[in-house]
Amino acid sequence: MAENKNINSTPPMHFNVTARILHWLMATMILIMIFVGLGMVTSLRWRPWLIDLHIPLGVAILLLVIIRLINRLSFSVPKMPAGMSNFQAKAAAGLHWLMYGLMLALPLTGWAQLSAGGFLVKLTPGVNLPPILPENPFLFALMHDAHKILAWVFFLMILGHLSAALLHAWVYRDGLFSSMTWTRKTTDLSENNSPEEQGSGVFNFDNEELR
Amino acid sequence: MKKNSLVTYVKEKRTIFIVIGIALICGILVLAFAYTAGLIGGRIITETFLQDTPTTYPAGYRRAHGKGICFEGTFRASGEAVPYSVARVFAQQNVPVIGRFSLGSPDPYAPDNSTRTVSMAAMLTADDGEQWRMKLNNEPFFATRTPEGFLEQVEAYKPVTNTGVPDSAKVAAFLQKYPEAQKYMQWDATAPWTRSFAGAQYNVINAFILIDAKGKKQAVRWSMRPRSAFTSWSVSQRKQASHDFLFEDLKKRLQKEPLYWDLVLTLAEPGDPVNDPSQVWPENRRQIVAGTLEVSQVFDQTKGGCRDVNFDPTLVPKGITLSDDPVLAARAGIYSHSHSDRVREIGYGKATDAVGKPQKRTQRNK
Repeated sequence: MAENKNINSTPPMHFNVTARILHWLMATMILIMIFVGLGMVTSLRWRPWLIDLHIPLGVAILLLVIIRLINRLSFSVPKMPAGMSNFQAKAAAGLHWLMYGLMLALPLTGWAQLSAGGFLVKLTPGVNLPPILPENPFLFALMHDAHKILAWVFFLMILGHLSAALLHAWVYRDGLFSSMTWTRKTTDLSENNSPEEQGSGVFNFDNEELR
Repeated sequence: MKKNSLVTYVKEKRTIFIVIGIALICGILVLAFAYTAGLIGGRIITETFLQDTPTTYPAGYRRAHGKGICFEGTFRASGEAVPYSVARVFAQQNVPVIGRFSLGSPDPYAPDNSTRTVSMAAMLTADDGEQWRMKLNNEPFFATRTPEGFLEQVEAYKPVTNTGVPDSAKVAAFLQKYPEAQKYMQWDATAPWTRSFAGAQYNVINAFILIDAKGKKQAVRWSMRPRSAFTSWSVSQRKQASHDFLFEDLKKRLQKEPLYWDLVLTLAEPGDPVNDPSQVWPENRRQIVAGTLEVSQVFDQTKGGCRDVNFDPTLVPKGITLSDDPVLAARAGIYSHSHSDRVREIGYGKATDAVGKPQKRTQRNK
């Protein structure tokens, strides 16, 4: 883990441990959250139970993304793979910032929606968060729509993010995927012509990290 | 470093399988998303219950019980429910209440003699910030044991276009599948219609659980029992009644004096059906008067107040939780859709007479 130390001159191979833990923890939480949210607005049986999960989970995501943003801005991060064009690298960076934005915006619009609708923001029975907006039909409508639209956009972005990450992990194998895992940087396979290593070793190794 | 791109590897078939694999993973996620959102699979979702709302439905009105009037009042706890629940409302002297009386018809312009169903909705806000929302009907029980049953009931009793009456084969099939509904139909055919909001008893129908200071649970149902006498009307009186008879009566009574209801809790005993709103509990179950609701004034719902409140009965304070009654759980999502649909219309300025703005005649439902 020596490469995690923040040395300004050479960018690290991995995101720091905090970033990696938060990434995988929040990935799980956000995916659960999206399905809890969808189930909540459709289910005949489980809505009360799901909304009691949705709110505290959303608050946890909000707190974690704040920590994550502070961590992201405080430490240097791995460089994009060398084979990537400048445009691709910039687009990827932009989309990542957009995802951070959505991680912040979704809990906040949910909280705002409940506030504007006059609902309690219940963490546990008897423990409620204060409203962040006054009760108002227009604000409720706006926040309700924003929450829904942003959630759908976020889901599509997650699909894109996942596809790109898996493509880097399994096809390009350029170290981009492993910068967010605990494996060493994958050897540059264009220099390595051992088919066994391509076929089984590296593939399975990365595959394990996905679980 | 050598060029590291898809082109380098595209000769190997493996890459194609990987891309297909990734597409499959995303495809499964999209399908799971679409199913959970109710877009595919055809399962009954909470929005299904609002499918009968016509596209011409006037903007800003509640999708069910559209015609109503807001009230303000106070709940005064007797303290008798304190041993059963830590909910602050059972101990507090004066709990402010905002509520609504309504007619059971979805049509916000329905005449008052068009339905036997009248309702009281209320939201009690205790001084610890906890809210207790309730939605009560003058019906003593629900027709079916499940929310799906309700949908089938609506479908079975829809008048056939050329006869104007329900298809008897459909009704028979429904009653065979939901025999408990027979009891409701009998009640509906024989029980007297109320002639006043003031003399009606309003029942919660679903069961809830009270939780005391030690965490002990007690299943409960409750009613608002009127202090005013129940009055009914004959069929001829009813047919001649003016369009807004019930609402005018309520306003007149409240101009003279406040109206009172006792909040009566009925405590279940082991074996009583807690998860079935179509079954009443035996008559001899212990009842306690948890307090008294004073309704002091009513005001037009176009002015706000109760208008934008979602009286979702699953929003209960600490000290009360939900039973596993499936009809209760289903109400949460259905009420939420109705609430967000109409508040969006109000918020985006589409509502007219629902918010007291003059409206074009053509927008009316009738």
